[in-house]
Amino acid sequence: MTQVKRTINRRAFLKVSALASGGMMLSFSWLAGCKPSTEETSRLPKEWFELSSYVKIGDNGVVTLMSPNPEFGQNVKTSLPMMLAEELDIDWKDVIVEQADFFPERFERQFTGGSLAMQMAWKPLRTAGATVRHMLIGAAAQAWQVPASEITTKSGVLYHKASGKEAGYGAMASQAAGLPVPEEVPLKKVSDFKIIGNSKKNVEGLNIVTGKPLFTLDYKREGMQIAMVAHPPAFGLKVKSVEDSAAKAMPGIKDVFIIKTLADDYERNGFDTTTFTEMVVVVGNTTWEVLNAKKALKVAWEKIADTTVVIAGRGGKQSVTIPAGLESTETHQTAMAEMAKKPGKVLRQDGDPKGAFKKAAKVIERTYSAPFLAHNAMEPVNCFAHVTAENAEIVGPIQAPEFIMQALSARLGMPREKIQIKLTRMGGGFGQRAYGHHLVEAATISQKLNAPVKLVYTREDDMTYGIYRPTYTATYKAALDDQNNLIAYQVKAGGIPESPLGFAQNRFPAGAVDNYLAEEWELNSNITIGAFRAPRSNFLGGAEQSFLDEVAELAGKDPIAFRLELLDRAKTKPVGEQNDYDPERYAGVLKLVRDKSNWEKGNSGAHRGVSAYFCHNTYVAEVVDLSMRENKPIVEKVFAAVDCGVVVNPDAATNMGEGGIIDGIGNALYGEMTFRGGVPQKKNFDTYRMIRHSEAPKAIEIHFVKSEADPTGLGEPLFPPIFGALANALYKATGKREYTQPFLQGNQPLV
Amino acid sequence: MMAKINLQINGKKQTVDVDPNTPMLWVLRDHLNLVGTKYGCGIAQCGACTIHLGDVAVRSCQLPVSAVGDQAITTIEGLSVNGDHPVQQAWLEHDVAQCGYCQAGQIMNASALLKRTANPDDKEIESAMNGNICRCATYMRIKAAIKSAAQS
Ligand code: FES
Ligand code: FES
Repeated sequence: MTQVKRTINRRAFLKVSALASGGMMLSFSWLAGCKPSTEETSRLPKEWFELSSYVKIGDNGVVTLMSPNPEFGQNVKTSLPMMLAEELDIDWKDVIVEQADFFPERFERQFTGGSLAMQMAWKPLRTAGATVRHMLIGAAAQAWQVPASEITTKSGVLYHKASGKEAGYGAMASQAAGLPVPEEVPLKKVSDFKIIGNSKKNVEGLNIVTGKPLFTLDYKREGMQIAMVAHPPAFGLKVKSVEDSAAKAMPGIKDVFIIKTLADDYERNGFDTTTFTEMVVVVGNTTWEVLNAKKALKVAWEKIADTTVVIAGRGGKQSVTIPAGLESTETHQTAMAEMAKKPGKVLRQDGDPKGAFKKAAKVIERTYSAPFLAHNAMEPVNCFAHVTAENAEIVGPIQAPEFIMQALSARLGMPREKIQIKLTRMGGGFGQRAYGHHLVEAATISQKLNAPVKLVYTREDDMTYGIYRPTYTATYKAALDDQNNLIAYQVKAGGIPESPLGFAQNRFPAGAVDNYLAEEWELNSNITIGAFRAPRSNFLGGAEQSFLDEVAELAGKDPIAFRLELLDRAKTKPVGEQNDYDPERYAGVLKLVRDKSNWEKGNSGAHRGVSAYFCHNTYVAEVVDLSMRENKPIVEKVFAAVDCGVVVNPDAATNMGEGGIIDGIGNALYGEMTFRGGVPQKKNFDTYRMIRHSEAPKAIEIHFVKSEADPTGLGEPLFPPIFGALANALYKATGKREYTQPFLQGNQPLV
Repeated sequence: MMAKINLQINGKKQTVDVDPNTPMLWVLRDHLNLVGTKYGCGIAQCGACTIHLGDVAVRSCQLPVSAVGDQAITTIEGLSVNGDHPVQQAWLEHDVAQCGYCQAGQIMNASALLKRTANPDDKEIESAMNGNICRCATYMRIKAAIKSAAQS
């Protein structure tokens, strides 16, 4: 309830009044050319009353709910307001949803990432809805001179049964707005939910299918210039000089200059990942003109020296060296293979793994690896900024607005209160848009020009900028006794420039094996990395689940039965105390997928693989059915069983799950970024292979475990296990185990 | 360098004064404020920029404005007045979109497909739609929506 109790400070007040002239009230009014339809206009009340940061009620009973989190396709703009509406007790048809600006004084946790939106909003948003409902009841109690306890609500109407009085929320809103905010309010029982658990369509559906300007790239402002950048073509290079006379003479071109976004001594936070702090900027009237002028630039590049930056990240303040050098995939692979042979840093050890391996009846060791991946969100990096001497206005695709404020404030020389970030719908993000370098670039350019500007990356600029999923490798080793029991298990994993293991050493099968060892290592690099859908798990899930499949085979056990046996051990006699999973829920999804896929009977027409993984607080098990046609795998069907607690918006949850599964299949089969002499070898979709229509599964079934547990997220958890289920199915189809991603290397693009 | 070019877009005559080599994509987005047509790759690989030239789906990032001639252009904004084209309706019914960025291109391609093939089978849908990437991977729903639209 903190968000409704908090007094709005002066800055918050000023922002509200500044925006009250329209922007704040009507989400559809601020993007150019996006006028409300007559139907929308006719619904609008004459007056709005703000009852909390999240809720405004119109005199006609229409309710505006603010969606606090940045939307990038995970559908929070629909499912978060559903939580508010549920407790507010209104009809969904009477709701208008508005995207909140970044406004930390009024909204909590305006962050998209980690599959955490549902979980983190669950109590605060329902509390906010219930609080407003109680204020409305309080207003009616005063107006009718009856006890509040005798007033009930239904679908936006207040009732007093004894006197027969009733009133819509709109009629009581003005009075309610003046009442004190209650300290504590009860929340509904899960079994009483009317909106939560019933699918609601995407609130932006119509705007999307009619091509309304919803994205930053669609944003326009009077006098706005278009800016494009030329960033170094390789990691390990920087701008030396630019010969720009030809470009400057081209039609529509206003200026060419070099910007520097972060000062060398600027102390970065964990989200200030910036590959190139200096770039050449071309500014002009239209995208096409600027694009052409950019091609006419002659930029000289030079090699960087070892550079040290200070980063205050999760592990405290650290000096980090960005090494000089032009790196290649071949040298990465050699270096990783060497590191894998050396002992790593021990993250967890149970029992005596060494001794157990010595006396084992069977030992198996396998190494898995995966390449760097580019996010390739469909909307390329871009950002609008208008910086004046007084303030800065930024409109941009950003998952983590809070974390870029420090860099903006430092670069612009402006206190945070003068910087306003408006959150637009993002054309995908997948982790990449958590890093706001583009906001700093756009703001720097606008400040220099003293004009509104929209920075636009080409697809090539976006794909070659970095912030990739790191490249990883992991070696697993398991020991079986003569009864085929798993007696020892170890994993040594590393990557460039981070290890995938750091947060995962306490995951299954840790806790289910007496002798266990987890070690990690990492190699530095100047190639930048960032979160990518299910960071680290996106590699570990596939590798570990492929390995367990092979261990089960060695033990002569069914892969599901083998896992269930281990989970039973973890439940009845767990090893260690740090295990970070609930073996019962884990087993629950395996059993559900077993039953739904008819696992025991099998599917004679298909090659099947299974896997299960727990990450981002959600349990998932998946079965893949494959067939082979002309030596190519066809995914016939995927079954998924998911335990994410209460499912807030089931159809949207299914959509998200399907996306995670298909994205996983695509990356497992084709996803790969390679380097030569520091240069990313793929620059656009002709060479960077993305999964397409014909390669998607023919069918997907997603089953949710019925649960009253608090909801957890879905954006990430269905992604990691599919790599394993697919690899295991491929083995059944080809007789060959998959150790190296992408599984189909070297395939030519389709179109 | 610049030239006045007459266009017929979404049933309306428009004149633009641009470099004749400018791709239709940027004429639509920058000059005519029709930003429903999206930029995704600029090299005919993603389909985000799909529009109709006459009845045919084309990649507007590859279509110089000078090559349009007197052929009518339809963009997502002109597909229907209120979003009531059967393909748009089917998209809503199946709640296809995730981020939504690719969807205008998908819808324009799908509606052109249905114009030439009233009842496409799975194979025909897949091969017609293969040039349209959806990074959010809403492929299951796109296919289902095309089938629904074909029925209506
Ligand atoms: S932008 Fe035209 S096909 Fe990608
Ligand atoms: S819905 Fe996001 S790219 Fe298709």
